[in-house]
Amino acid sequence: MIHNYKRAIQDIRDHRFLNSVTIITIAISILIVSSFALFFVNANDIINSWKKGIKIMVYLKPDTPETKISKLIHKIQHMDGIRDVRFISKNEAFQELKKQMKRQPSLFENLKENPLPDAFEIRLKISFQNQEKVEILATRLESFPQIDEVEYGQRWLGQFTNFFNLFRLTGYAMGGLFFIATLLIVANTIRLVLYSRRDEVEIMRLVGATDSFIKAPFYIQGLIQGAFGGIIGLATLFVGFLLLSSSMERGISPGLFAIRFLSTGAFCGIILGSTFVGWIGCYLSLKQFLK
Amino acid sequence: MIDGQNKSPIIRMFHVYKNYGAKKALVNITLDIPKNELLFISGPSGAGKTTLLKLLYLGEKVSEGQILIEGMNLSRISHKRIPLLRRKYGIIFQDYKLIATKTIFDNVAIVLEATGKKRRFIEKKVKSILRTVGMEESLHSFPPSLSGGEQQRIAVARAIVGDPKIILADEPTGNLDEVSANIILDLLKRFHTRGATVIIATHDKELIRKTGGRVIHLNQGYMQKTTNVESYINDSQL
Repeated sequence: MIHNYKRAIQDIRDHRFLNSVTIITIAISILIVSSFALFFVNANDIINSWKKGIKIMVYLKPDTPETKISKLIHKIQHMDGIRDVRFISKNEAFQELKKQMKRQPSLFENLKENPLPDAFEIRLKISFQNQEKVEILATRLESFPQIDEVEYGQRWLGQFTNFFNLFRLTGYAMGGLFFIATLLIVANTIRLVLYSRRDEVEIMRLVGATDSFIKAPFYIQGLIQGAFGGIIGLATLFVGFLLLSSSMERGISPGLFAIRFLSTGAFCGIILGSTFVGWIGCYLSLKQFLK
Repeated sequence: MIDGQNKSPIIRMFHVYKNYGAKKALVNITLDIPKNELLFISGPSGAGKTTLLKLLYLGEKVSEGQILIEGMNLSRISHKRIPLLRRKYGIIFQDYKLIATKTIFDNVAIVLEATGKKRRFIEKKVKSILRTVGMEESLHSFPPSLSGGEQQRIAVARAIVGDPKIILADEPTGNLDEVSANIILDLLKRFHTRGATVIIATHDKELIRKTGGRVIHLNQGYMQKTTNVESYINDSQL
């Protein structure tokens, strides 16, 4: 085994250019794919933090009697997915509005009566904090005759989530395409190495070398190329990440988003993935070459 | 009766044909080669000498007929066992077939590495063989820096380092001057003396005359004659 490693290292030294091309190709592919991954991870975090704030505002029809309001609260509290229900009377809402707009008191001077309706602020259980369930719940709330309007401010969030999911699918497709492209390039580069050494391979076969003896250093080379390509790609991404996060800290959007790098698991997964790409690229070309 | 059948054969060929499309390279070759025989395959260019050697080490497959090597039927051999067959041989080519990017040591050591021998053993054995062929000084040189004769000595070293039972030499002196050719020939004779079966394909009558042994003569794929060296030399038609 150690001997095979030595042979592989020697082969890499002997074919520096071809091996460098393969490593750089893998590194670029890993950089692109992991950039997507980094974007998705952070976008997902942001969406999740926004989702946590999902609440439903229910506005009641004017002059709904207090007895019916109590019954309605009771009914809503026993619906699936409801964490708590807070009644906000129209007077309370009016006082709150005045407090928020205390710099424009003139706006309220000419009002003869309170224009705001009584309302409920409904908070949801975590398991219900997604677009589909919120919509179902809103439809059920709208069916109560005392309820005039149901609103959830994050309606746009659903549309954004749909768009994000579409973007995620595009990312997967691109990742897949890059995987195939990288695989073909690696396979082709190793085929070039093999072609440049076809005489040597032929001689090895003539002196009684088994296919596994001939293949072993190539597989090790493939693994080394894949691992190095992955490390270089991720290191480049990390440098880019540091530059981006420091510029965000400095001024683009201080405190708005805290972006994070890929987790250790994802990091190791990507390195393993690129190592696998190197190996399988090697497997494909060897299979064809040593027929 | 074909000469050589009185000893136990290491190689047996039964009605062997080799065709390349419509071209017949070998036609109906039946031949026994006993252990420790020194055999020449002679004939003009295109007679089928190289093809015959290739059939023996499975560089090519027979079109018809059977070849047995120590009882191993080459028509039925699995792909996995081909390396085991080839380890029975030491093969010498006219164009040496050395790996230009590897040192002389590595070129010879490759045979032992391929069979999984230990590093210490390999170093000892390779140095000893290079001493035998008079090339111990060139251990760290690369093939392109050596003369044709020197490269062929390395090729002989590579062929014998694994102590094979059979040496196949395809025009081993074809590209060499007389002095170098004699050195190669002496090495092959020495190895034959040690017990190996040596099969040399050549069209060089002088080489055959100097060496002795049995000669089979091929012409356009047909085995015309099997004879001893004296008869071969005296036969003006060959």
